Amino acid sequence: MSAVLAAPLAVVGYAEPVWIQLLKALVIFAVGFQLIPVVLLLERKLLGRFQGRYGPNRVGPYGLLQPIADIAKLLHKEQFRPTTSVGFLFALAPVISVFAAVATLAIIPFGNTVDIGGTEVGLYGIDVPIGILYAFAFGAVAFYGLMLGGWASGSKYSFLGAMRAAAQLISYEVAQGMAIVGVVISAGTLSMTQIVEAQQGMWYVVPQIVGFVVFMVASFAETNRAPFDLAEADAELVGGYNTEYGGGRFASFFLAEYLNVILVSGIAVTLFLGGWQLPFGIDPPHWVWPFVVIAKMFLFILLFIWVRATLPRLRYDQLMSLGWKVLLPVATLNALVTAIVVVLE
Amino acid sequence: MTWDPGADVVEVQRGPRPGPTRGAYRAFGETLRGLKTTFARVVEGPHTLQYPEEKVPVYPRFRGRHKLHRFEDSGLEKCVGCSLCAAACPADCIRVVAAENTPDHRVSAGERYAAVYEINMSRCIFCGYCEVACPFDAITMGHDFELSDYNRSDLIFTKEMLLAEPLERTPLRAEGE
Repeated sequence: MSAVLAAPLAVVGYAEPVWIQLLKALVIFAVGFQLIPVVLLLERKLLGRFQGRYGPNRVGPYGLLQPIADIAKLLHKEQFRPTTSVGFLFALAPVISVFAAVATLAIIPFGNTVDIGGTEVGLYGIDVPIGILYAFAFGAVAFYGLMLGGWASGSKYSFLGAMRAAAQLISYEVAQGMAIVGVVISAGTLSMTQIVEAQQGMWYVVPQIVGFVVFMVASFAETNRAPFDLAEADAELVGGYNTEYGGGRFASFFLAEYLNVILVSGIAVTLFLGGWQLPFGIDPPHWVWPFVVIAKMFLFILLFIWVRATLPRLRYDQLMSLGWKVLLPVATLNALVTAIVVVLE
Repeated sequence: MTWDPGADVVEVQRGPRPGPTRGAYRAFGETLRGLKTTFARVVEGPHTLQYPEEKVPVYPRFRGRHKLHRFEDSGLEKCVGCSLCAAACPADCIRVVAAENTPDHRVSAGERYAAVYEINMSRCIFCGYCEVACPFDAITMGHDFELSDYNRSDLIFTKEMLLAEPLERTPLRAEGE
């Protein structure tokens, strides 16, 4: 039993005793979920500032209790579903969305192995040698949440929204995947911690700037954020794949969406911004590592909010042609050039 | 006569297609310009007035809630119950019932006084014609505009309410502001 748990899925870089792994899972889950209301409030506050207003400031001091109020309001609403919906799948879809997002949280490294009270503990959920593939696998599972949600609602608008979301996510996942190939080739490994360690001296954002830009653009589309937020088009589709959802289930989709933003930021930090490392050879004590990672993640979250405040939504055909005709070739070319350079060295 | 669709077709005018450089500039240069524009709004700070706490100051000639006036020396009401305001009112929201002043019950400076003077604020359109019509400047428009209430009947302002010194809840705009 313990042998199975000690070596889950594949060969692991470093595995702790089971009880530490369970404790770690709980801590990462709790911290990840605590970040969501922070991001929610930050987004609404900053959007306000970007539009010359204050944003929420009535609930609690400085409006700090706004996310709690929003979530509490959603949670005590009645659970309902349309008569045409498929009950089981309708209830399952938001669960899949949240599950996939939380599962991806496990591989974001917040630091390397650290000595805590005489035990070596890795500051990550799990360090699998297929790290980044794991993230993409669960990213793909997250589609099922959207697709099933839209389809099981038994509503045409939801279905159209889900179809649109699926087409968008699939197109951009290709570009996103190709964009990180350059990083993977340079680092020579898929493990998240080893990719971070390979960035000592030079973060991949400099040599892989093309890959970074493509990855970020694709990430905006992957997380259904502006300017690629076509999956939620109030004007044409009433809502989107989540039109028929309300109350706690809608809150679940909502949480998963924001957790995805945090995750994509975490992956971008790991792959391109040197994870827990600080520039200019500053070597902080090890307990600072998670804070460095979270601070860098918030840089990306700020970028997400800033772009949302700035760019209007793309037309659907523009969205598709950008994904397939621009991002994918550029990402492929980037991977090719990186491969050639690595081989020549 | 058959309809020729060709005559109604409007050719869409498009600019020349951007080349790769120009296209890249459109995608990134213009995006950066947009990001700069929105960031300038953050630097500028919010323009919102936090309404119940902060109020937009009104101009001196702002027409808000009415006031009835007394003579400052004698304390008698200026209104003589002539009903000219009620006649001038386009919304028909003023009701005046006049009564005779007697030597031992003198309310106003004139022969008669307004025994009942009511303004129905739910009908008033704040045009200020009553103020213009009044020969004695007995009624003027104040600066108060926060007049909502829970009952329609509470919006009928009686003579006592209009004569009372109103709560000045509205800041007056300073000279040159």
